[in-house]
Formats: sequence, structure tokens, C-alpha cells
Amino acid sequence: MKFKKVLSVAMIAAMTAVSFAGCGAKSSSDEFVIGGIGPTTGDAASYGTSVKNGAQIAVDEINKAGGVKIGDETKKLKLNFQDDANDAETAKNAFNKLMDDKMGALVGCVTSTPCIAVTSLSKDAKILQITPSGSQKECAQYDNCFRVCFTDPQQGDAMADYIVNKLGKKKVAVLYANSSSYSEGVKDAFDAKVKELGGTVVVEEAFAEKDVDYNTQLSKVKASDAEAIFVPAYYQEVSYIVKQASEKGITIPFFGSDGWDGIIDQVSDKKVVEGATFLSPFLSTDTDQKVQEFTKAYKAANGDANPDQFAADGYDTVYTIKAALEKAGSTDIDKLQEAMTQIKVEGVTGDMTFDKGGDATKSTKLIQIKDGKYTAITVK
Amino acid sequence: MNGFIEQFLNGLIPGSIYALIALGYTMVYGIAKMINFAHGDIIMVGAYILLLGLNAAGVPTWLAILLSIVGCGILGVVIEKVAYKPLRNAPSLAVLITAIGVSYFLQNLFLVIFSSQGKSVPKFIHVSDFTVGGVTVSGNMIVILVVTIIVMIALTYFINKTKLGSALRAVSEDKGAASLMGINANRMISMTFAIGSALAGVAGILWVSMYDKAYPTLGAIPGIKAFVAAVIGGIGSVPGAMIGGIALGIVESFTKAYISGELVDAFVFGLLIIVLIFKPTGILGRKRIEKV
Repeated sequence: MKFKKVLSVAMIAAMTAVSFAGCGAKSSSDEFVIGGIGPTTGDAASYGTSVKNGAQIAVDEINKAGGVKIGDETKKLKLNFQDDANDAETAKNAFNKLMDDKMGALVGCVTSTPCIAVTSLSKDAKILQITPSGSQKECAQYDNCFRVCFTDPQQGDAMADYIVNKLGKKKVAVLYANSSSYSEGVKDAFDAKVKELGGTVVVEEAFAEKDVDYNTQLSKVKASDAEAIFVPAYYQEVSYIVKQASEKGITIPFFGSDGWDGIIDQVSDKKVVEGATFLSPFLSTDTDQKVQEFTKAYKAANGDANPDQFAADGYDTVYTIKAALEKAGSTDIDKLQEAMTQIKVEGVTGDMTFDKGGDATKSTKLIQIKDGKYTAITVK
Repeated sequence: MNGFIEQFLNGLIPGSIYALIALGYTMVYGIAKMINFAHGDIIMVGAYILLLGLNAAGVPTWLAILLSIVGCGILGVVIEKVAYKPLRNAPSLAVLITAIGVSYFLQNLFLVIFSSQGKSVPKFIHVSDFTVGGVTVSGNMIVILVVTIIVMIALTYFINKTKLGSALRAVSEDKGAASLMGINANRMISMTFAIGSALAGVAGILWVSMYDKAYPTLGAIPGIKAFVAAVIGGIGSVPGAMIGGIALGIVESFTKAYISGELVDAFVFGLLIIVLIFKPTGILGRKRIEKV
């Protein structure tokens, strides 16, 4: 009985604390609150954390330079980043919390599934939503939603074009994760584009995410006359595939999608990924001046950690919001939407413009692994 | 034909690892009449001990391997003493749930210590590849096969030909009667856990030699597959576990190769259902007649 009493007192205390906590976050009117939603805990935590850190660098830089000029007013930016643990329901709650905190525009969500869930809320709330990295088509399904990264189909198209047209490899093997909409989305577009360009997909094998044994699929690739192998997947799976392929004596070159970013640290023997090429919007060792400045600032703020593509996407998203606000001269959603299609953002992931559908148009950047290091290659 | 042989080998390798794990399930079930669901996680512990050993300066590879196997054996005994022994006379459901609890405990303990990021285990088996008539067999695969065969022969010999082995069989046959004959049943149970867990350690070492990475949930999938293998072979039967494990690996590989990569688990569990329909005790399982 006594325990119950203690418990109820504790619960009342906790509830009061929560309701007061809500009052603390009042924003003053000379501040423009940029909300952020992404996983900072759980399996996908590294993505959300990178976006958050990248966005924070942009916010700090903009504030240091005086802030954002919206019409006649100049406002400082404030980033309020919430965790969604890569879960759609948590993301919706995070969105509502951000609305209470007077959010003016949203960076997010970081991953596709929560992002799609939040789009309908942001549409109703008339908030400009720009996802740094939600690559599924529906992440930008409404007029108020935009995206900074490539879509899945754009990635498939770009890689097919590179392999078949630029390198002249007409026979391609494809390994993809049939349980991942990302992997399948890239693969479908890739297949279609390869066919269109006169190439053939000679072997196409599916695997499940989190598989560790790919010997069976690789034996089939080896028995075929494929000249290249394309694996649109995340680095976890890729690290097994490249190792087992090298043990099988498969020597044809590997190609991948942006999920490969970070692969070098995932393999114990760097030789197995040597010569592989994948699509990635950002490389921290790029000699471009903007990239170098961003990398320097990011390292200084985050204990010498190198920024990845998610950090870069987060950074560019904040600058995109800034550009849209300045172009529109207002925080009105109709004006912002219109401004989005007129701006050109020179970001660390490339120069980009946005179409009415919400997708970014930007140049393809490829990374090749040479001597155990990422090297940027430019596609003309 | 080469393709067929290669796919057969592709199945034989994970199959032999499943068999090693299934041996632990089946031995523990045979003697303690419980399903040790924490068994899969001992593989993971074995992988991590190996990783630490290999990364520590001045530890030779053989010692890292030995430490990993012995460490797993000790862990098995400790788990039995701490978690299962107090429940020796409790309903089997209580033991089952405790086993699941131990499994989660181990996974989360390693999650806290090592984080969820997979850690690459440095290459420690250096045997050159082998080519016969166009089929390449990696040195790693040969080592796995040889180790599995040696372990299976040694275990069969131990159980059937030695005094301790007879004692073990006696306890699994009838614990009460064996105790009356002067066999220390508790010690036999501890020994079974030690052997089973050491085998899981061997499986863990072979697993990371093949699949490179150690992570906290590494044991979950091979653990479940091996459990299925043990049931298919006839839980409680040592040769049954070996047959079940290898059959499972080969079914997996052939399904992936000739039917569809998406249907692997459907075929594996379909095999389980078919075996259970026609032989409810598994391929080599014995029927236990309940005397009233």
C-alpha cells in the first residue's frame, strides 16, 4: 500500500515537471526556430546525429554573420532538434512538440519512413519541410515538402548512366535487398536505365537485410559473364558482400549507391573494396573550398570527427531554408514554396535548384576507393 | 555441375557451423530437459573474446582461440549455476523464460560495453585457397570443415566410449536412477553446459572467421537456425544435430541458388514442419514412452 502512495506522488511530480518543461521553451520574436527531426538514438542514430551536428554548424555560421534577413526584419536562427528513433509515431509526436515550440521551418526527417509520416502534418500546419536525406519519392509528396538529397530513382539512373555509357560495361550483375524500399527503388530505376542504354542485367539476385552469407548469390555472379556488379545497399551488408566476393575470386568492379558511404571503416582488409565506385554527394577530403571550410568547422565542433554526407545534407538544408526565407521576404508558406523553385543554393553537396515536385537538381558526384582512400571523381 | 558443387559447399559451410551450435542445444536438452535459449548468445561472447584476444598486444592467435573456447565453457557453467540450477525443480516454463532472460541480458550487456556497431575481427586463419576442376574452395572453408569433422568425431567418441560419456548418457536416460548408482548428476549437468558452450565458442570463432564481424546480436539468427536444426535432427540426439545442421545449411543454399533468395526462411521452416508432421520426434529422435 505504502509503495502505491509513493508511486503516485512520484508520478504527480513527474507530470508536473513535464508540464512546466513545456513552458520553458518560449522563443522570442527576433528568433526564427528551425525544427529538426531525426534519429539520435537507436540503429540509425549516426544519421540523425550527423544531420543535427551539420545543421548546427550552419545555424552558428549564419548567426555569426548577422542572421537571416526576412523582408525588413533580421532574425537569428535557433535549431531545435528532436529524436524520432527512426520511428514514424515518435516523429509525429516530435513534430507536434516542435509546433508548440513555435517552429518556423523543418529540417527533416532524416530517414524516409518517419519523413513520409510527418509530411501530412507539415502540410496541414503550413510549414516548409525540407528533408536532408529522405530519399524515398513520397518524402516530398506535398507542395510544402522539398528534399536536398538525390531520390532513389535518381541514384539508379545516375549509376546506370555511368556504368553503361561512361565505362562501356554493358553486362551488369545486380545484388539488392528485397526487404528495403531504398535498395529496391534504386534497383528498379537502375534496371530500366540500363535497358534503355542498351545494356543487359545478366544476373539479378535478391537478399534480405541483415543477411551475412552471400556466397550463393556471388557464385551465380561469378558463373555469369557480367562485367560489373552493382549493389544498391547499406554498408553493413556491403561489407560482407565485398569480402566474400574477394574470397571467391570475383575481380569485376563493384558499384554502389550512397548507402556505401563509410564502407572503408567496415572492412578489416581494405583490399576487398579497392576500386569500388559509389555515388555520394559529399566527400570531406574534397579540395573544394566550401567543403574544406565546412569540414574544418565541423571537426572543431565535434571532437575531430569527420563530417559525412548526412552532416553535409543537414548543413545544406539550413542554408536552403535561409535562401528561401530571404528570397520570399516572408514566412508565409505560399511565398516560401514559390521562392524554393527560384533559388539556387551553392552547397557543400553541390549546386542545386529545386523543382515544383520538391526534388533537387544537382550534379552527380562519385567516389572511388583508391589505395584504401575515398577519392572524388567528377563525371562530365 | 561446378555451379552445383559450389552451391553445395556454400551450404555446407554455414551448415557445419549450425551443426556445432545445434550440438549444444541438443546435449543440454538431452541432459537437463530444457531449451537453453541463451545458447546462441554464447557464440557472440566467443566472437568478442576472440576479438579482444586478437587485438591485445602480445597474445598469439592460438591463445586467443583457446581463451575464447575456455571462456565460453566457463560462461556456460556460470549461467547454469546462477540462472538454471535454482530452478531445477521449477516448472519448465519458468526455466524457459529464465533462458530468454539470460539471452537478453548477454545481448544488452555487450551492447552497453561494445555498442551496436559491428567490429571487424582481423583475419586470423591463413590457409591458401584450393582449386579442383574449376571449383575454388577458400582456405577458410577448408578449416571450418576440418574443425567441424574433428569436433564431431571427438564428441561421438567421448559420449560413446569413455566413462564420463557413459555417465552422461546415464543421467540423460534417468537422472534419479543414475544418482542412485553414484553418479553426481549436478556435475554431469555442469559438464554438459561446459562442453555445449565450448562448442558454441568454436562455432563463434568459425563464424567470425567467415563473416568477419562481431556485434551484440550476432548469435540470434544462427542460434535460432541451429535450434531448428536440432529439432529437425531430433532434439536430444547428437548425430541428429549434426545431420540437421548440415541439412539446414544446404537447403538454405539451394533455395537461394535455384528457387529464390526471398523464400529461404520459408523453405527452412517448411522443412521443419514437414519433418515434424512425419516424424514428430525429428529424424533421429527417439520416442519416449510415458509410463504411468
